[in-house]
Amino acid sequence: MGLLETLSFARPELALAIGAMALLITGVFLGDKAASKISISAVLLLAVAGVLVFVSPGGGATTSLFDGAFRIDAFSTFCKVLIYGAAAFAILMSDRYLAGEKLGRFEYPVLIVLAAFGMSLMVSATDLISLYMGVETQSLALYILAAFNRDSRRSTEAGLKYFVLGALSSCLLLYGASLVYGFTGSTVFTEIAKAAAVNQNNAGLVIGLVFMISGLAFKVSAAPFHMWTPDVYEGSPTPVTAFFAAAPKLAAMALFTRVLMSSFPGVVEDWRPVIALIALASMMVGAFSAIAQTNIKRLMAYSSIGHMGYALIGLAAGSASGVSSVLIYMAIYIVMTVGTFAVILMMRRRGGMTENISDLSGLSRTNMPMALILTVLLFSLAGVPPTAGFFGKWYVFLAAVDQGLIWLAVAGVVASAVSAFYYLRIIWFMWFDEPTPAFERDHGPALGLAAWGSAALMFPVLTIGMGYLRQIAETAAASLF
Amino acid sequence: MTESFANQPWLSFITFAPLVGALFIIAARMVARKNDDGSIAADDLGTVERNARIIALVFTSATFLLSLGAYALYDTSIAGYQLVEQFPWIGGGISYKMGVDGISILFVLLTTFFMPICILASWNSIKSRVADYMIAFLILETLMIGVFCALDLFLFYFFFEGSLIPMFLIIGVWGSKGTKEFAGVMMPSRIYASLKFFLYTLLGSLFMLIAMAWMYAQAGTTDIPALQNFDFPHGAQKWLWVAFFASFAVKMPMWPVHTWLPDAHVQAPTAGSVVLAAILLKMGGYGFLRFSLPMFPLASADFAPFVFALSVIAIIYTSLVALAQEDIKKLIAYSSVAHMGFVTMGIFTGTEQGIDGALFQMLSHGFISGALFLCVGVVYDRMHTREIAAYGGLVHRMPLYAFLFLFFTMGNVGLPGTSGFVGEILTMTGAFKLNSWIAFFAAFGVILSAAYALRLYRAVMYGKLEKESLMTITDVNTRELAMLGVLMAFALFLGFNPGPALHVFSPAVDLLIENYNAALIAGGVN
Repeated sequence: MGLLETLSFARPELALAIGAMALLITGVFLGDKAASKISISAVLLLAVAGVLVFVSPGGGATTSLFDGAFRIDAFSTFCKVLIYGAAAFAILMSDRYLAGEKLGRFEYPVLIVLAAFGMSLMVSATDLISLYMGVETQSLALYILAAFNRDSRRSTEAGLKYFVLGALSSCLLLYGASLVYGFTGSTVFTEIAKAAAVNQNNAGLVIGLVFMISGLAFKVSAAPFHMWTPDVYEGSPTPVTAFFAAAPKLAAMALFTRVLMSSFPGVVEDWRPVIALIALASMMVGAFSAIAQTNIKRLMAYSSIGHMGYALIGLAAGSASGVSSVLIYMAIYIVMTVGTFAVILMMRRRGGMTENISDLSGLSRTNMPMALILTVLLFSLAGVPPTAGFFGKWYVFLAAVDQGLIWLAVAGVVASAVSAFYYLRIIWFMWFDEPTPAFERDHGPALGLAAWGSAALMFPVLTIGMGYLRQIAETAAASLF
Repeated sequence: MTESFANQPWLSFITFAPLVGALFIIAARMVARKNDDGSIAADDLGTVERNARIIALVFTSATFLLSLGAYALYDTSIAGYQLVEQFPWIGGGISYKMGVDGISILFVLLTTFFMPICILASWNSIKSRVADYMIAFLILETLMIGVFCALDLFLFYFFFEGSLIPMFLIIGVWGSKGTKEFAGVMMPSRIYASLKFFLYTLLGSLFMLIAMAWMYAQAGTTDIPALQNFDFPHGAQKWLWVAFFASFAVKMPMWPVHTWLPDAHVQAPTAGSVVLAAILLKMGGYGFLRFSLPMFPLASADFAPFVFALSVIAIIYTSLVALAQEDIKKLIAYSSVAHMGFVTMGIFTGTEQGIDGALFQMLSHGFISGALFLCVGVVYDRMHTREIAAYGGLVHRMPLYAFLFLFFTMGNVGLPGTSGFVGEILTMTGAFKLNSWIAFFAAFGVILSAAYALRLYRAVMYGKLEKESLMTITDVNTRELAMLGVLMAFALFLGFNPGPALHVFSPAVDLLIENYNAALIAGGVN
């Protein structure tokens, strides 16, 4: 394939990269006055990229580009659509917040588009080098976003913390990658898989693998590499947190899945215990640490750590049904996370944001629609039927039990019973407690769309249409094997 | 014409009719004029509340009529599942499949019968957020009917666990006042009770979820008839049985996991207690009959002595606990646990009398304990206390009430002529055949139940009418009389003539026992 033909397959990424530059240049010329126009353009750009994902010259067939460094398949398509969607909502949901906090700068949408570009590379990467490129492109954009409120101590602290620890994890990843390269002689996943299958029980390879897993576990904020999450979530501006909690998690989880399933499929037994332990630790940290939280952003941080634990159960299964359960779980997780943060962004009183759970007291009396949306989302986060969150749990537990990981599934249900407590606590504040002053009702159409849309998806749309999501996820998972 | 009429998805209509009612109330709520803060304007509030009550009553009554219609289409002489409907759902062997047999149709009828009564019972006693209350009840009804109609294990679980949500809100929002110390913090006791209810039941049923996943991995389907015919290995059956038991024993509730029930009952509003006692508890017994016995027959036989032990402890211990209660609702709640002990004992005898008796006991307990909670509601609405000590001598002011209360108290004790007697005698006959000692100990429960029930009755009804506050108390009104009168008629009718009910479920029970015994012989037990 000639260069131009090869590039024509990577249309969404090209659109994002070129578009981001164009927006940046326009922004520099027009200044912050044009911030809202650039935001709209960025959203349109992401929508165009989302359409381009489907308008591929290969007609959707699995295609490997750049000598096996970059792969377009049903798996990457599934993830890209979700990533672009989550990124677009992160921009849309930010307008009032950023204007209110006097942060309306044009760099915000550009950085989100650049991060989405990095994530796009991540989910398509099939080579250690393109993997690292993708990870770093998204991470650098995310570090800046965390510190976006540069006049706030907490925000700059969050950015710095994220950067230092993120750099450390990138080192781990890179060191692991170099070991893997050293012991297999290749950076391409398929070649690594062949070499790994021949060199069973090679200590150097296993150490390299464990280093890579550690680096990736940091990116998905799985325990014991989760320490940064609560501080970064709390310190970052809320729309940024909403973005952190959704798209990068999916991208990192997809990358995690692809690395393990494509490069180390023959040595499942070597990495399964490691993943299982990380999953167990994440679920427990998520379940127990969240109980005492009073700040809803910190609570969501611990909650997301727990959710990564459940998704990793599916990965630990290491089977096709396991991969599809990870995808189903992450898709549902992203939707409910975006919705929950939309509600958090609606917690605004007399011009100021509030972040305490107790501020939600009596919400069902002062703002019934908001209480209803948050209730549906919280039951979904807790995994209680009839919401979609329940199906996510069902599929990961199913994959685990199918592979004989019953102990992990049992640990999962214990963790979900414990975590049900803190979700219920918010519900009890909203429904059972005496009202506090109402929130401002004027929150703009984007937040309303995100909140209503995700709640409606959690119940009843996905409850009825779960079969379709399952089929798409199974097709996506099958393309990895 | 008749063919196509009978082939309609009747069970889905019954299941989702209340949900349609809920949507109507939501619509009424939305079109009402609002204050600036979004609450319903005072002018419209009364209309919305009245409409909500009427819509709820109309839809629950219509659901009851629909279920009677479905019963008319149901052929009681056939043992298998009828009115079966199946639609694709999430795929891969999991579908939306509904159907009823002789066991479940009665629970469906019990549910649809009780809901209009619950709405009536809440007519005046619920004063805040009436529309929300009615919505919660209608959604709860949909989920409860779904539990009894589901012919797919996944669908069953979906409804079974989903029913926690409305009940959690009903207890937490409309529960009674009062505070309780928990883990060093003072919290309203209704919140404590609703959380305890939710978390207990959730943890129990999550273990069932794992078992379900394992069964699905083995059998490739969650279709209930298919799983009932699937031979799980004996060793696996034990684990599966334990997992299902964890869920149903909490729901039932069995000793020692019964402690959520008294809290939930005491805190719930009257109608909530009625639903809890009459229907939600029955899901546990229904689960044992639908899943544990047919799917894990070998393990059921293995664990039967264990269940008998727990049942006998429940019967005796909770009866003794009931003797010491100061709160009327708590006393009835403990007596429910004791009565459910008879049910579990009957089910795991695996004999015809035992299972017939258990089913009958569940129906009868539905009517009688439901009625008792309504009776408590009658005086609670007037006096706003459930303390036994706050009453005394009510018979002088409320003769009709005293009569009704006496009838249901006697039914609770199991006096011959009431439906309570039939269930107890049948379960004990079943147990006696198996092991006379079990029946011997269980019989103590009957004596003890007379002791606590009569003590309650004496303290509340008899004696001098001394308390100042009771001097002006009024007797039951027409609405209350109608509700209690209907329940009394049922309890009497079934007490003197248990045939019609037995006739409905006996083909299904016979088939269940036949398969159970065949599985035991094939498995080399017995």
